[in-house]
Amino acid sequence: MNAPVKPDAIESALNQAGAHHLSNAHLDALEEETIFILREVAAAFERPALLFSGGKDSLVMLKCAEKAFVNTKGPSGSQGRIPYPLLMIDTGHNFPEVTDFRDLRAKELGAELIVRSVEDSMARGTVRLAHPGESRNVHQSVTLLEAIEEFRFDALIGGARRDEEKARAKERIFSHRDSFGQWQPKAQRPELWTLFNTRLQPGEHFRVFPISNWTELDVWQYIEREQVALPSIYYAHQREVVERRGLLVPVTDLTPPKEGETVETRTVRFRTVGDITCTCPVESPAATPGEIVIETLAAEVSERGATRMDDKTSEASMEKRKKDGYF
Amino acid sequence: MTTTELIAARADQTGAEATFDTQSALRFITCGSVDDGKSTLIGRLLVDSKAVLQDHLAGVTRSGETDLALLTDGLQAEREQGITIDVAYRYFSTEARKFIIGDAPGHEQYTRNMVTAASQADAAVVLVDATKLDWRNDQLALLPQTRRHALLAHLLRVPSIVFAVNKLDAVEDAELAFAHIRGALARFAQAAGIQVRGTVPVSALKGWNVVEPHPGWAGYDGDSLLQLLERLPVTPREVDLPLAFPVQWVEKPSADGAAASAGAAVSGEHGRRVFWGRVAAGQVLPGATVQVQPGGRTAVVAQVLDHARRPANVAAGHSAGIVLDRELDVSRGDWIVATAAAGAPAPAAPDDFAFDDETAGPTAAWPATRTLSTTIAWLDDEPLLPGRVYWALHGHRWVKAKVQRIVERVDIHTLAAEAATQLDANAIGHVELALQEAIPAAPFTQSRTLGALILVDSASQRTAGAVLVR
Repeated sequence: MNAPVKPDAIESALNQAGAHHLSNAHLDALEEETIFILREVAAAFERPALLFSGGKDSLVMLKCAEKAFVNTKGPSGSQGRIPYPLLMIDTGHNFPEVTDFRDLRAKELGAELIVRSVEDSMARGTVRLAHPGESRNVHQSVTLLEAIEEFRFDALIGGARRDEEKARAKERIFSHRDSFGQWQPKAQRPELWTLFNTRLQPGEHFRVFPISNWTELDVWQYIEREQVALPSIYYAHQREVVERRGLLVPVTDLTPPKEGETVETRTVRFRTVGDITCTCPVESPAATPGEIVIETLAAEVSERGATRMDDKTSEASMEKRKKDGYF
Repeated sequence: MTTTELIAARADQTGAEATFDTQSALRFITCGSVDDGKSTLIGRLLVDSKAVLQDHLAGVTRSGETDLALLTDGLQAEREQGITIDVAYRYFSTEARKFIIGDAPGHEQYTRNMVTAASQADAAVVLVDATKLDWRNDQLALLPQTRRHALLAHLLRVPSIVFAVNKLDAVEDAELAFAHIRGALARFAQAAGIQVRGTVPVSALKGWNVVEPHPGWAGYDGDSLLQLLERLPVTPREVDLPLAFPVQWVEKPSADGAAASAGAAVSGEHGRRVFWGRVAAGQVLPGATVQVQPGGRTAVVAQVLDHARRPANVAAGHSAGIVLDRELDVSRGDWIVATAAAGAPAPAAPDDFAFDDETAGPTAAWPATRTLSTTIAWLDDEPLLPGRVYWALHGHRWVKAKVQRIVERVDIHTLAAEAATQLDANAIGHVELALQEAIPAAPFTQSRTLGALILVDSASQRTAGAVLVR
């Protein structure tokens, strides 16, 4: 979807959706499963945290956490709280629209927000960059493991979805990590019914994925239905970009145009938001969640395929990074 | 205009009927032996139902040849060895419904992953490789994995079991082969008490009878595999049973909340704890008399909240928050259950009452017990041994469980019972357990939640066994 979605694809998606009466009733089941998992983490672990980046998946998860825990009309009549802190691993290469939004949401919910940054790890010497312009995405693992050690977190909730990537598709909802933070795909614990084995040895922890079973389309349908507010860059806006290897690269201080590249202003939006140095927007006029739902139905390229430079390097790059402790 | 409005307007134009019940997303698993073509079958389902995006398809195409199996075999080790190690979950939709596929591995050492996928499935597609069978023989023997997977799916009460006979395009006489294999499957299913929803001849490689029907081929004129799946029911909720509710999480009255700061006592009308969990059986209604296990103390349900904290009546399968009319010592792992109605017979369950020391009042509809007769699918490399103590998880309750006796093991080739002194990995057996504390267990055939436990090795903390109460 780096090329604009074709009008006939939109037309066909609309017809398909019309034929289906594209319902959002299945969102109830997804939401309920997510809330069940969020409560299980609250009950089964001593020191959990919820990874919160300000991106759409973590905002959807936060919306479910709000329903699960932040009561305004319940029997106590009191305002509840999300019973774990929000944790952000900051690469220092974030879109300001996203970090501002993250801070705003945390404040609105009265949630504790912990930020740990890759730059601090660099200052400590635990992260060494190969060259200054290198993507810091992969180095988040180091900072994350340092934060886990610092706060002795025993469960980290993340907004990953199984439809994103093949290695994710293989992962359990409660994913066991050894004392090096490593995922061992061959030794995953069987996940039977909803009986989650959350027992740990000292030093180990869990990664928990409450929205595992959501797809990109489900996320956008939920954002539309629940009117989940998102950072503005998810919607169509004018932005300076250059075309590079079939992707649209945003022109920023960190990602300047290379020699011979032409800077153009295009109408774009972000399908996914991460480290500036490896996140690309797609050309799109979609300005509302509803329009994005239709575009997503018509999309011919996956979310990561359209937007992520770092995943293209190797078929197994995500698996490798997860083994190293990446989320 | 919202999408919903946009779509409604479009549907009015086209006069389309509302046929898409998205609430009934079907979770199904695929299973079979190594190389039977499971990954190819799933690849074919995804590609032919247009659920694969261009970049993913390009990623599995080399020199113009598309290898469908690579769409699901995503792990490095899987690509190296050409086998599927772990369950991969895939999502796709057709005009009729949404699907979640659990692509379960066929290799024997990964049976635990197949059991994992089956425990949550509405349907199981057991793949049979025609080329591996003596298909000219009308009394041919099935492969052990076919039996094992069908038996496991049946044991785990996967509601629908479907056989897909694959690679019939590669045998000389597809019609004869399909007739003989179908006969063998039917004989096996009948002996095992398995109700089969359908047996479909397919060619995953060529796409015959997977998404599109291929009328007449192999003497078969029925639905394609996908057409069959589109009409299968989802797992029924256990609504028509007495209430059983495992307490997942206890929400304490907020210390800084409005009610508390206004001086309401913790035990007062507005400061009561909320017990959250998923209703395992029956439904929870305000005004119902309930009993807490263990202990047997009774209370009346004062208020019920649904998963999103709205006042409601909540039925089996859904999350609820329960507020009781009095302060009782209730914590995570306890069960809130219905009291048996006067004169009404309690459901069939072992009746070894654990709280005979309590002034328990009325009888619980789900009596608790400390001894369990079980069927165990053993998943760990360390064998299950008599005398060993494991952790058992039932609902949200952890109890110690001691293996009293291995009564017998099931021979998966003949389904006959045989003597056994231990259960090795991937074995299934009849085992008696003694529990440290009483739990309200019931036969798995009666309730999937009350009748299911896991055993966890107390040393390694690995999930070691899937336990079904007999």
